[in-house]
Amino acid sequence: MKMRSRLGARAAFLAISLAAVLPGSAQAHRAWFLPSETILSGEDAWITVDGAVSNDLFYPNHFPLGTDGVKVEKPDGSAGSIENAASGKIRSTFDLHLDQPGTWKIGNMRSGVFGRYKLNGEQKRLPRGAQASEIENLIPAGATDVEVRENLMRNEFFVTLGAPTDTVFTPSGKGLELVPVTHPNDLVANEEGVFRFLIDGKPAAGIELTAILGGGRYANQPVEVKATSDAKGEVRLAWPQPGMYWLEAETKDKNTSIPGATERGLGYVTTLEVMAP
Amino acid sequence: MRKTSLFALTGAATIASPAMADTITLDITIPRLSVAEYHRPYVAVWLEGDGGKVRTLSVWYDKDKRGGEGKKWLNEMRTWWRKAGRSASIDGVSGATRAPGPQKLSIPAAALRGLPAGNYQLVVEAAREVGGREVVKLPVSLGGKSASTARASGKTELGSVAATIKP
Repeated sequence: MKMRSRLGARAAFLAISLAAVLPGSAQAHRAWFLPSETILSGEDAWITVDGAVSNDLFYPNHFPLGTDGVKVEKPDGSAGSIENAASGKIRSTFDLHLDQPGTWKIGNMRSGVFGRYKLNGEQKRLPRGAQASEIENLIPAGATDVEVRENLMRNEFFVTLGAPTDTVFTPSGKGLELVPVTHPNDLVANEEGVFRFLIDGKPAAGIELTAILGGGRYANQPVEVKATSDAKGEVRLAWPQPGMYWLEAETKDKNTSIPGATERGLGYVTTLEVMAP
Repeated sequence: MRKTSLFALTGAATIASPAMADTITLDITIPRLSVAEYHRPYVAVWLEGDGGKVRTLSVWYDKDKRGGEGKKWLNEMRTWWRKAGRSASIDGVSGATRAPGPQKLSIPAAALRGLPAGNYQLVVEAAREVGGREVVKLPVSLGGKSASTARASGKTELGSVAATIKP
């Protein structure tokens, strides 16, 4: 009995973790970073950031978001680092020291493989966090019904000390990326926010995205904005009110880079601060 | 991305307008508030012309805090910060915060140099630590032949605001 419940807990843990990193997952768990503020003045500043995987925005109640892979890009293009990272039971946290004026990018890109196969009639899954290079060893001889899905998932946000800059928006050309038309640290509730999405550096047409206002716990209905990108990959978002929004875009295609993978899942998540006019 | 600066309008003005010798006198009342923790408000005063062009006229903030610490809160004047503050050099136009009551502010002709004649919004924004924020706008006209006064009033963080423009 004891054994069984432990296994059950482990399975639940796995499900949550996968949901967090898999775009297109049916589960609604949302991975989010919540910066304390994104628009700062002065010569030098600190922000603090929470991270979690949960249904509600921005209430941690399930699982902390890992901070190991978090990268920082400074306005001059050099790499910065997060400080005081810690992970609790249901929330992680770190600080960021802004010692350079301009726009900073903070976040992670996860690439992984999700796969399953049958062996002797039994359904098996690739272990969590499997790497592309391991695939051949991970799928045993005699396996049938092999399905391999490649995933590329970004979760990042932007913070500006002083005047906004553009350096950190240079696309890498890999996966789903956001390029601002409206600077993410220049959003006000009475003006539309316009963003362009790219897949592998090219305009991502027909991408559906959702922006959800935090604080839904105190509203009867969540405040959401939905949009679909046009031929140029652009979306326009009219903000219902000021606040911190969680924005997610996800899609899939067949442009896999992993041998044997039949599908590629692409995800993009950011947190946007929309100010009162 | 919108980029503005203190002297953003200078170039356009040399073509568009005659030399202007207007001065602006502002009477700004800062309300006395009966609250447990009172801090004098940060105040920004600016002119907004056509096309969103902005010139900062005055910024009151906690100037004397050690190590420029007061600048940390300049972004609390959110509208000004976005439209002008973050890219402006405020050294020439800044002053210390002011106490509740009537306050007078004189904008010399030099501060308006290069602005084309025409209609503007004169905007006053106040933001108070552990308090609120308020923006008051007055329509004003620069480059006229006679003196004029515009008035408006805030409801919370600002009292009456009057701007007298003298040619």
